[in-house]
Amino acid sequence: MNLDLARWQFGITTVYHFLFVPITIGLGFLVAGLQTAWVRTDKEKYLRGTKFFGRLFLINFAMGVVTGIVQEFQFGMNWSDYSRFVGDIFGAPLAIEGLLAFFLESVFLGLWIFGWDRLPKKLHLATIWMASLGTALSAYFILAANAFMQHPVGYIYNAETGRAELVDFFAVLTQNTAVSAFVHTMSFAFFTAGAFMAGISAWLLVKGKSVDVVKSTMRLGVITTIVAFIAIVVSGDYVAKIMVQQQPMKMAAAEALYETTDAAPFSLFTIGTLDGSRPVFQIDVPNVTSFMATGSFNGEVKGINNLQAEYVAKYGEGNYKPNIPIAYWTFRLMIGLGTLALLFAVYALYATRGNRRPTSMWFARGALALPVIPLLANSAGWIFTELGRQPWAVFGLMKTADGVSPNVTVPMLLTTLIGFTFLYGILAVVEVSLLAKAVKLGPPASSPITNPKNVGGSDTKELTFTY
Amino acid sequence: MDLQIIWFVLIAVLWIGFFVLEGFDFGVGMLLNVVGKTEAEKRAVLTTLGPVWDGNEVWLLVAGGATFAAFPEWYATLFSGFYLPLFLILVALILRGVAFEYRSKLGGKVWRKNWDRLITVSSFLPGLLFGVAFANIAKGVPLEVDANGASQYVGGFFNLLNPYALIGGVFITLVFLTHGAIFLSLKTSGTIHDRASALVFKLGAYAAVFALIFLAWTQFAYSNNPGITLITILLVVVFWVSGLFFHRAGREGYAFISSSAAILFTVTSLFAGLYPNVMPSSLDPSSSLNITNASSSEYTLKVMTIVAVIMTPIVLIYQGWTYWVFRKRISAKQIVNAESGVLDGASK
Repeated sequence: MNLDLARWQFGITTVYHFLFVPITIGLGFLVAGLQTAWVRTDKEKYLRGTKFFGRLFLINFAMGVVTGIVQEFQFGMNWSDYSRFVGDIFGAPLAIEGLLAFFLESVFLGLWIFGWDRLPKKLHLATIWMASLGTALSAYFILAANAFMQHPVGYIYNAETGRAELVDFFAVLTQNTAVSAFVHTMSFAFFTAGAFMAGISAWLLVKGKSVDVVKSTMRLGVITTIVAFIAIVVSGDYVAKIMVQQQPMKMAAAEALYETTDAAPFSLFTIGTLDGSRPVFQIDVPNVTSFMATGSFNGEVKGINNLQAEYVAKYGEGNYKPNIPIAYWTFRLMIGLGTLALLFAVYALYATRGNRRPTSMWFARGALALPVIPLLANSAGWIFTELGRQPWAVFGLMKTADGVSPNVTVPMLLTTLIGFTFLYGILAVVEVSLLAKAVKLGPPASSPITNPKNVGGSDTKELTFTY
Repeated sequence: MDLQIIWFVLIAVLWIGFFVLEGFDFGVGMLLNVVGKTEAEKRAVLTTLGPVWDGNEVWLLVAGGATFAAFPEWYATLFSGFYLPLFLILVALILRGVAFEYRSKLGGKVWRKNWDRLITVSSFLPGLLFGVAFANIAKGVPLEVDANGASQYVGGFFNLLNPYALIGGVFITLVFLTHGAIFLSLKTSGTIHDRASALVFKLGAYAAVFALIFLAWTQFAYSNNPGITLITILLVVVFWVSGLFFHRAGREGYAFISSSAAILFTVTSLFAGLYPNVMPSSLDPSSSLNITNASSSEYTLKVMTIVAVIMTPIVLIYQGWTYWVFRKRISAKQIVNAESGVLDGASK
């Protein structure tokens, strides 16, 4: 019971937090790009684009920040035995993330938001780049920490202290699991932000609002989406190959492949059970899973049952299978939804070529769905990554069940689980309604820019941005 | 051993950063509805915090992260032990951050009034609860060593609400209120400035009374190093009193530096009183956590020290620069269209 509640809480708070993270990371850079275009060309459409997407970025960022605080605290609150066992390794990237990244992003974003009245033009531009750099650094360190859970390196088990201890921090930061996860996640962040920008711009285009502005931002969004998709595929291929070497059970679960097979197919769709008995209906693409896993169409892919036997021999009695249907379907949702978003973005580019302006309801609805789809793909991808690793918290080293706080009781867990869920639910409604209002309003009208010549601005002039 | 001392000091420094910086922004949040009467005034009050509150809050996150990295046992025992107070702090911090960003986006009276209430409450809670939490750490809480050799908190929630801890909570709250009022008087002009200034001495006097009770209690009942804590407590008194008198004399900058120094020495006296413990047990000294039995390995501490030695000064420089960039006073007159929000146009 404790374990289930703690896991639900971690899942809810983390998936929810990660709805805001990729938009923050990707959109920060895109807004920085728009503002750079304005500073260099002095074209008003870029300034209006900066202000418009800057506004959406900030509504989203606020949620990302506040839900991120929970992340830093909940390891100690709900997973104290986990924290004790791996804190010597896991704590370092978290602390460094705070010192290197959180300060950078928070301080410079404050400078950017309120700097329109306080900083000269170019210095002000530099602040959004610094804040964006902070978000990317943050992603790196937290993914290095996560990579340690997927594939622990650079540690030894100290029998005297009864815990895992760090011996090579460089290995933790630079192992291929961390690097590839970083590239894959950053690509997905740009993909998400590109789709966000493209979808909202396309919707405004249909409505005929600020056409010159949103036409540019739609192009920027779509091109980002396409380039990022290529990066996702390339990095994803690498991530999958590493996963097969380091966590073969996860790959077998992704395909619901029970017996070790050469030339394993990839099933697009299954009706019926995924328990290894014959499914009712299944569309298979031959050899694709083998190719994804090994780079060869006839490569051997290990099956769930074989791996289970192997792990029992290695780690002792126990169930080493993750939840197969969840792994199977989230893997497909990640890929399927990502592809769907790409197709719509490409279609939007085609439909708006030259001076064409689509007017159909269908197109407008698709445009509004576009920002949401990658978020679902992101969530599916992470649910797959984390649930596919179960029963391990740290693969091969510590089971999730052993990490939970022993002195936190069920009523306490229920209080925080219900509390966070309720709070997050209300905030989601508030946030989406503000985003909707901002989108409906469209890019703000042009206003003379007040960037002062000197650092500091004035204590009498009216301010352009205030709380 | 040396590295463990360095990290004990560094974690104290991080908490000092949090108490000094977010301390005033909690205070400003608590005073929002007292100092700001009109919409323009309220927005001017919030705008003094706008560029800095988030950077201030990072000190808390890094204090948490650094405790995790340098003293995992302390992090695990403290965070799982003080579970419900931490949950309330998290809820408050979540609501507070969102309230800052969202309240002025729309102009509706009910909308803004609700956010204003939330800002007040969510600025009170963390100061109060951190005061209670730190007092409990100083006093010692029931810790028991479990079968795996880990010190676990066995006290429950209401055990944390003892008289000493509650006085600590009120003390910290009053300090933050005063510190916030001094900050507002330094950063604003016009009506808000006058209202905030008028509050400083009174709030400061109440804070002084609680400071004397709490710090004397700490000194005589719980200090492990009474020599050092006596000095730091005297410094708290000196800086607090001089801060109030600087403010009386209209020297708001010096007043703010003095109240910051008083907070610095308050946190210092709590940590100095603890050393070498980080979390003493009220049941049995052998289940106390100290800088040795709670710490990370030598290697981890070494890595972390290198990073901290390089990064902390850089952070201080650019965060300090922010305060310089936003050095101008803000007045309600600078807020245009205070009653409406930037997103209002959409609903019309």
